[in-house]
Amino acid sequence: MTRLINLRPGRRGRLVAGAVPILILCLVYAVAAALRHADNPADKVLPTLGAMGTALWNMGAMVDPVSGQVTLLADTLASLSRLGAGLALATATALVLGLLLGVMPLARAILGPVITVIAVIPPIAVLPILFIALGLGETAKIALIAIGIAPYMTRDLAAHVAALPAEQFIKAETLGANSWVVAIRVALPQMMPRLIETLRLSMGPAWVFLIAAEAIASDVGLGYRIFLVRRYLAMDIILPYVAWISLLAIAADALLQALSRRAFPWAKGDAR
Amino acid sequence: MSAGPLLELRNVWVEYGEKVVLERVDLAIEAGAFVSVVGPSGAGKSTFLRLLLGQEAPSRGRIVFDGAPMRAECGPDRGVVFQRYSVFPHLTVIGNVLFGLECAAAPVLGRLFGARRRAALAEADAMLDAVGLTHARDQYPAQLSGGMQQRLALAQALVRHPRLLLLDEPFGALDPGIRVDMHDLVTRLWREHGLTVVMVTHDIGEAFKLGTRVLAFDKRRHDPHAPHRFGATATYDVPLLRKTGARPDAKTAA
Repeated sequence: MTRLINLRPGRRGRLVAGAVPILILCLVYAVAAALRHADNPADKVLPTLGAMGTALWNMGAMVDPVSGQVTLLADTLASLSRLGAGLALATATALVLGLLLGVMPLARAILGPVITVIAVIPPIAVLPILFIALGLGETAKIALIAIGIAPYMTRDLAAHVAALPAEQFIKAETLGANSWVVAIRVALPQMMPRLIETLRLSMGPAWVFLIAAEAIASDVGLGYRIFLVRRYLAMDIILPYVAWISLLAIAADALLQALSRRAFPWAKGDAR
Repeated sequence: MSAGPLLELRNVWVEYGEKVVLERVDLAIEAGAFVSVVGPSGAGKSTFLRLLLGQEAPSRGRIVFDGAPMRAECGPDRGVVFQRYSVFPHLTVIGNVLFGLECAAAPVLGRLFGARRRAALAEADAMLDAVGLTHARDQYPAQLSGGMQQRLALAQALVRHPRLLLLDEPFGALDPGIRVDMHDLVTRLWREHGLTVVMVTHDIGEAFKLGTRVLAFDKRRHDPHAPHRFGATATYDVPLLRKTGARPDAKTAA
């Protein structure tokens, strides 16, 4: 008999197999919601799909009379611009520092310990410092995201560059490359696929920091909205918002993966 | 060019703390020679190559290259081909060869533009033609076979016209058939470019087939209680006189 470890589903098989648990989860939710509503028609903990649809329609398609904006759209734009700014800042920092630390042992000796110290500080613990130092505006939120993920990204990139075969650096030197040319023409291009990869891995923590910052001090944003309506037990708003955040995260991940595959065709397969 | 040998090692030692890897290495290598280096594992063949490459400095002794003391840093006067990882995976075949020319002419941007780029491309294309890789010009190294990658590594190393070409088991990972093709290619390039080659190899047949001189590295003395206390040196130095007619300086007469 074929061993279990050798059973490999095809393309369609994988699609079906992957959809089954998700469908089961949805079904379990729908049944549980229906049961609770049979007991108590005013139940707020497990809203029905219909109730969530109505709430989503109100948030995402209607203009809010107080703010004069479509709430879901305004929240999404605010959150994504904060997230984008934080990610851009962290990526730029990690790119420069990671390259420097990876290529230059001297830079690693000077900056390595500092970055390690910063990396072990729990970012949420410095959030009050950021709010005090930078005010309650956008800067503190963006700074939290950047501080939260940049040290990890920097260390990851530096390790990746340092792990490139020493032969390549020697070879470049025998071809007359100076330190700068080695950095920008040998190390940097080979670091780029890893940069995308480490950015993908940092997206999760980045969302955590964004929502934490928005929950504490904000007046618009996806995290702010969830924590605001929590006071009214508005699960019919919270659950669609969580689903929407997941969808955004999945889309961002897929986008980065596609970008990496298009931009670095040489990274496929193992080069000698 | 100075009148003396291209490369001279005078009483060279390499020690890592207590451990002696090479001891009393005295050698002179003439321009145009093809020196094969053989020896058991751990006999300091690779250390010897790293010395010549400038990747490492001797603990004692002097290395004189082209009439001047050698600096312990790699430079474009010495080319190298390793067994693996010799080519840049993120550059195409032509990009790999072009890289050396770009380093030479563009120390700030690392890239050439316009007429200078076209001239460099022509030179790189000629080099690709010499190693028979013109058909793979725009492929990435990952798409090439092991033999083709080593051809590319040779082209890449030779485009800067190094005084000394160092080969570190360049054909160790190749199939026997491909290896024979590579032997022909290296011999041809050595003659046509008037190269001086030092090749480390595990294959004694290959060493005698290609070299004009074979150096065997081993330990002269051995202390069974402290095997690290004695280093290796060139225990045999075999000039292959039948090959001297094939040396580049005698090529016109051939």
